[in-house]
Amino acid sequence: MKDMVTKEPLIQVRDLSVGFTGRAGHTLPVLRNIDLAVRRGESLGLVGESGSGKSTLALAMMGYLKRGLRVIGGGTHFAGLDMFTLSRKELEGIRGGRLALIPQNSGQSLTPTLKIGAQLSEALRLHSKLPEAEHSARVVQLLEQVRLPDPSAIAGRYPHELSGGQQQRAAIAMALAGEPEALLLDEPTTGLDVTTQAHILELLRDLAAETGMAMVYVSHDLGAIARVCDRVVVMYAGEAVLEGPVREVLRNPAHPYARGLLASIPKLTDARLPMALEGRPPPPGKAGDGCAFVDRCAIATDVCRTSRPALATVPSGARVRCHHADRADSLPTRSPADADPRVIAEDAILSLGDLSISYARPGFLDQILGRKPATTPTVDGITIELEKGETLGLVGESGSGKSTILKAVAGLLPPAGGRIELAGDGVLPPLVDTRRPDQLRRVQLIFQNPDESLNPRQTIAEILAQPLKLYFGLSGEALRQRIEDLLESVRLGAHYMDRLPSQLSGGEKQRVAVARAFAAEPDLVLCDEVTSALDVSVQAAVLDLLDQLRRSRNTAYVFVSHDLAVVRALSDRVAVLYQGRLCEIGPAAAVYAAPSHPYTEVLLGAVLEPDPDTVPTLSAADIVELSPPARGCPFQRRCPRKIGPQCDTETPPWQDDGHGHAIRCHIPREAL
Amino acid sequence: MLRMLIRRLALGAITVFLVSLIIFAGVEILPGDACTAFLEREAQGQLLENCRQELGLNRPATERYLEWAAGAVTGDLGVSANGQKQITELVGYRLRNTLLLASCAMLAGIPLALFLGVVAALWRDRMVDLTISTIAIGAMTIPEFVSATLLILIFSVWLGWIPGIVLTSANAPISEFFPEIFLPMMVLTFVMTAHILRTVRSSVIEAMASDYAQMATLKGVPYWRIVFRHVLPNALLPAINVVALTIAWLLGGVVVIETVFNYPGLGRMMIDSISDRDLPVTQAIALIIASVYVGVNLAADLLTMIANPRLRTLHMRKG
Repeated sequence: MKDMVTKEPLIQVRDLSVGFTGRAGHTLPVLRNIDLAVRRGESLGLVGESGSGKSTLALAMMGYLKRGLRVIGGGTHFAGLDMFTLSRKELEGIRGGRLALIPQNSGQSLTPTLKIGAQLSEALRLHSKLPEAEHSARVVQLLEQVRLPDPSAIAGRYPHELSGGQQQRAAIAMALAGEPEALLLDEPTTGLDVTTQAHILELLRDLAAETGMAMVYVSHDLGAIARVCDRVVVMYAGEAVLEGPVREVLRNPAHPYARGLLASIPKLTDARLPMALEGRPPPPGKAGDGCAFVDRCAIATDVCRTSRPALATVPSGARVRCHHADRADSLPTRSPADADPRVIAEDAILSLGDLSISYARPGFLDQILGRKPATTPTVDGITIELEKGETLGLVGESGSGKSTILKAVAGLLPPAGGRIELAGDGVLPPLVDTRRPDQLRRVQLIFQNPDESLNPRQTIAEILAQPLKLYFGLSGEALRQRIEDLLESVRLGAHYMDRLPSQLSGGEKQRVAVARAFAAEPDLVLCDEVTSALDVSVQAAVLDLLDQLRRSRNTAYVFVSHDLAVVRALSDRVAVLYQGRLCEIGPAAAVYAAPSHPYTEVLLGAVLEPDPDTVPTLSAADIVELSPPARGCPFQRRCPRKIGPQCDTETPPWQDDGHGHAIRCHIPREAL
Repeated sequence: MLRMLIRRLALGAITVFLVSLIIFAGVEILPGDACTAFLEREAQGQLLENCRQELGLNRPATERYLEWAAGAVTGDLGVSANGQKQITELVGYRLRNTLLLASCAMLAGIPLALFLGVVAALWRDRMVDLTISTIAIGAMTIPEFVSATLLILIFSVWLGWIPGIVLTSANAPISEFFPEIFLPMMVLTFVMTAHILRTVRSSVIEAMASDYAQMATLKGVPYWRIVFRHVLPNALLPAINVVALTIAWLLGGVVVIETVFNYPGLGRMMIDSISDRDLPVTQAIALIIASVYVGVNLAADLLTMIANPRLRTLHMRKG
């Protein structure tokens, strides 16, 4: 193996500025004066929110800029070669060979019409001296190295026939084909389930240790960074604002933005809401003469507006771009105080009784004969009561049926069995078009992606007017006044009324979606991954908004998320789902503590905390199951604590602690 | 895959059935029938009655539809009103001639369109692209009869290279249609190429900007290999459907072109039959064109399914 960390940097970025030409002909920078070095065997993290320029920087290290971008100043070197002066031929020799990339979304980065094996042997053909005849054996070896099950079968598949985690592994194998000296990873685990993410990160750590590769890890996820990186660069508005060892940066960051970012991340061990970082970064070219962060900074002074701080070394050894790095300590990195407890009446608003939902449509013949489809339902046996003003979190991996349950409650999917009961209205009719308007009014749904749930051709006022007209028959001045109040309640001013969704940021759009739901004055709001598409700092603001609204209106929430820390921050009670079946349900504090269902344990173990000293535990295999087992425990095939044949044949019993915390497992509660 | 095929075939059959109903109803609603057309001024009294009796026109419409439809299925399209000839015979050569014209246009147009579309996309916003795209827009906006007339003016009147109209009779051997067929073929090729080229251009541009093309670049794959191996197989999939639509359009658009050039094809026969009020022939041709339309689209869908691994494996491994 190569020497671990040598002195000569492998990748050296010197005073690099990159920009594009704006409409008015000005040059708008997206990267400003970036200076950094990556040594052999070292792992550097690039952290920032969307638009901070972190991906652009990583691609620039390969001498690649997206269409429209160009180098304004400085340059980047790889092993002494100036990447922006190399010829196309020379670049082709380096890219994918000595310097390889693992892309963000492998599902879209693998060519859909080529088999996995063909894409890997293409890399071998270009970057290895291996004779053609040995390629297929090497492909299988590479796929094995990234721990893909049945590698020769995978080699013969097309990308879309693989799960997200498998696609990511295949992309890693493709990058390893050229035996690179350095790997650039562009958000390699974003969009994957927590357990898959944890497995991939462990794989990358092992590979780095094995081969001595240098890594540049781009992510918005401080948890992933903490697990993989030695050193971290925090990016903000195209600048490196903080650089230092991972412990230093995550424990006690010396830059106000880094502290705000850290405080806005919900933590698994902390039941409090994260702190929102208000405002948003300046768009390219609008940063002005001073510090780019000045408008959002709590300790900014006059000097911050007039002069741009330089990257300076502070006593701890980190490099900080801040005039007041010495005072950054005064800013908190976590929520300062507990919020006032809310009172939840023991008075059910929603009750689901033995709800089951099936995606399998009965065939033509089945319809004629009135038969039910033979397949097991996607979601089964869901019995949940929700009190007025209570928030229930639903967690589970993708495919666990969380969103399916929400859709059934909202009337967008017909249940196959069971009942959905709303206090005061009795059992709800199955579908939206059979529900009465006042029943519809009481249950509102907020979707994950506001880009798709807000009509792009309607102004914000028109979007908000719809429920007001429909449910309350408002018009004229009363309507206008009500829209203004709603915008005020989600902390957007009346001046947003005439804008179109495309003129709003992601966070603002999601606020409009929240306002639209609350326009109906609902008793129950269903939140489907409402913060998943948002940056952490924006997510914290939306969580805070949802908290304020439930306090002032006593609204109940069903909050669906794959992010266990986010669920913890908002929920009173949490239900854990696997393959459409409940595994565990109870007060949030009880679910997040022992005893747990084995599946809950697997999920919690895989969560990455933004702390380099927490180690995830990977107890279950990372497999994607396409359908639930017909009998027994839904988790039987992956369970690390399976006790015997009864797990396969008998439905496990509910074990209650008498305080509302119930676990569904064959293992006695005391042993869990 | 087989189930899918059967489903699509059934859907196609239903479409043709609905179209046949509409055609029949349309003809039924029109004032007059084959007898009034045939007898012209003598169409009154006993003579008209006799004629209707003979052709069975005084039977209920449903009965006549069923008879017509049953005949059409077995390849018997009935008898023409003028001259009382078997329509199948009349249509045979005409259909051949139209297909000849359409396939000549396709053989020239499709490769040309693919080539120009890819070139325009790869040299996007350069001089080549601007020239190609501008001409394409021109070709799409100028009506066929205008471009046809212009071509006649240039090649027949001024240069005198090719005859301006086709004088070959409908049942002449194929070889006699050359070189007269060139002008109508050029007009069709011109418009068709423009349509396909624009789709190809935008879908190649999209594929070149895709994540997988970027990934291939960052994997060190040489440019032309990216184009041919990673981009084109994906980018040309949407082209299949546009080609199918264009072929279907060709068969309709051919009506105008055939009339302008006096080409003895199905389109001109349709026009003639309408002006002669030969309703059985009109009905038959409309049905043929509809069937070809459905058939071509079906073929395109199947081809897309075979060429696209996503669809192929979906139907083979899961369905």
